[in-house]
Amino acid sequence: MNKFISVLVLMCLPVFAQAAGGGHNEYLVPAPINMDDKVSLQRGMQIFMNNCIGCHSAQYMRYERAATDLEIPADIMKANLMFTTDKIGETMHSAIPLDLAKKWFGTVPPDLTLVARIRGADWVYSYLTNFYVDESRPWGVNNHIFPDVGMPHVLSNMEQSLGEEKFEEAMADLTNYMVYMAEPIRAERERIGVYVLIFLAILFIPVYFLNREYWKDVH
Amino acid sequence: MSMLQNLMGWVDARFPATKMFEDHMSKYYAPKNFNVWYFFGSLAMLVLVNQLLTGIWLTMLYNPSGEGAFLSVELNMMRDVEYGWLLRYLHSTGASAFFVVVYLHMFRGMMYGSYRAPRELVWIFGMTIYLALMAEGFMGYLLPWGQMSYWGAQVIISLFGAIPVVGDALTEWIRGDYLISGITLNRFFALHVVALPIVILALVVLHIIALHEVGSNNPDGVEIKKLKDENGVPLDGIPFHPYYSVHDLVGVVVFLFVFLTIVFFFPDGGGYFLEKPNFEPANPLKTPDHIAPVWYFTPFYAILRAVPDKLLGVVAMGASIAILFVLPWLDRSPVKSIRYKGWISKIMLALFVVFFILLGICGVKAPDLHVEFLPFEMTYRVLGQIGTVFYFAYFILMPFWTTKETCKPVPERVRMTH
Repeated sequence: MNKFISVLVLMCLPVFAQAAGGGHNEYLVPAPINMDDKVSLQRGMQIFMNNCIGCHSAQYMRYERAATDLEIPADIMKANLMFTTDKIGETMHSAIPLDLAKKWFGTVPPDLTLVARIRGADWVYSYLTNFYVDESRPWGVNNHIFPDVGMPHVLSNMEQSLGEEKFEEAMADLTNYMVYMAEPIRAERERIGVYVLIFLAILFIPVYFLNREYWKDVH
Repeated sequence: MSMLQNLMGWVDARFPATKMFEDHMSKYYAPKNFNVWYFFGSLAMLVLVNQLLTGIWLTMLYNPSGEGAFLSVELNMMRDVEYGWLLRYLHSTGASAFFVVVYLHMFRGMMYGSYRAPRELVWIFGMTIYLALMAEGFMGYLLPWGQMSYWGAQVIISLFGAIPVVGDALTEWIRGDYLISGITLNRFFALHVVALPIVILALVVLHIIALHEVGSNNPDGVEIKKLKDENGVPLDGIPFHPYYSVHDLVGVVVFLFVFLTIVFFFPDGGGYFLEKPNFEPANPLKTPDHIAPVWYFTPFYAILRAVPDKLLGVVAMGASIAILFVLPWLDRSPVKSIRYKGWISKIMLALFVVFFILLGICGVKAPDLHVEFLPFEMTYRVLGQIGTVFYFAYFILMPFWTTKETCKPVPERVRMTH
């Protein structure tokens, strides 16, 4: 009976996994993210601050937190990465007034702090690398991942000057940063988690033998 | 040592500390043949304590207002306060773990007939805890004030609108507003952190007092109190402390290993413990593409949706939970444990598990989608309807098959299987 149930549960797992995945899109590719690559995260933050923060906020993220986690000195952060405030304890707000944004794009550009958790890293990476020319759209571009998106291809200059391969690397850095920003504690919690599990594995030994010692005479 | 004994003597003359410890721990005789299924009761207690402790600290960080709730979760808890993220993940994963553990605990009861006389009240108190837990989970889910919090609550509260005549007024009264707003959030917060925890704690005390009065059942369904030695100790009984306290400790460490693996490495639970749309703040003007309740409600949500009429759907959902309360009187078998019941009981219980899980899947999926894992064409709506029919048939027909089937003889004493 027990075996039967565990087989049953295992059979259901792929169904659940599929349910979580949602729709399928042939352009959706896996994002090469690495939370331990500080240089990639720094480059990603640089791209974010130079290209995204103009319209998109990251209002649940403080500059200071990013400076600490990504090992960016405060003065370099202030001089090169903070365009909308000079207080390093502030959260990241966009430069654009919301009513103007609505007028220009037909919609308010969404806050990007948590977008990697809402859509997933793969979606973000694929979205960033899947703009194509479409003259029927107001900005002359469309996107395979987000059809009829309101956003223009802000990074088209970068794509042209870097070439496809280098551009994809840059977008991987940006995605990496956005995944970090969605959950800054991620790398740290996984590091702590390893120690927690090692502790429990060791604790299991005395607990197991304590139990065996008490129960050895019970028949 | 004598000073400690003096102190205990002083206390015992004024408060039954030693007596209570003996009654419930060192001289509470539990059957010695418990198997792995018997870990889940103590694990439910562990998760309850986890929810209470992490909950208290989260309350210190949380801002129960429409404007501040999401911000206090995503900025204060998850980023600003040291280890706030850990408290939050322990609590959010704990909610799912609570239901996992409780479902397995209930299944154990169904397998071994732990609800049968004289344990009907143990079962009913347990079912009431489950009911209170569903209310607790539902109200707690609104608090992060994400999109799924908001729209999930919207769907569930609107169910009350199906009640004739008073429906609309009732939903307005529950929300305290014409739509879900900060006012709803405030009252759900009060109920989630004060009212329901008190109710749940009181019910847990009743559940355990009733259990310790009649004594635990066991995988053989043998009443160990029938055969006692000259001191009145059941022959097949063993003191709960230290035998089961050290035994449960093994279960606790194994459980924590699994639980903390999820907390530290997969806190989203694949989008089931923390749903993706819930990382977006509640927006009354934007309905998510697909609204699904949290996984632990989905079997009942599927029953609700299986009935085309809204009012009858609500009635069916209510009945699906209510029928569990009368389970002790539906099972008429001469034996308690599945080990000695006939093959019909075994097949029906296995099918019940299959259909309960299928209903859970149906509750997550859009009803018009085709079921991918079946070799033939069927929509989730139809599968949900079949599951619903089976769910009720299982309980309604139970008095018939349990009296008709041939059972195996039950031994006098319990069997040790390990």
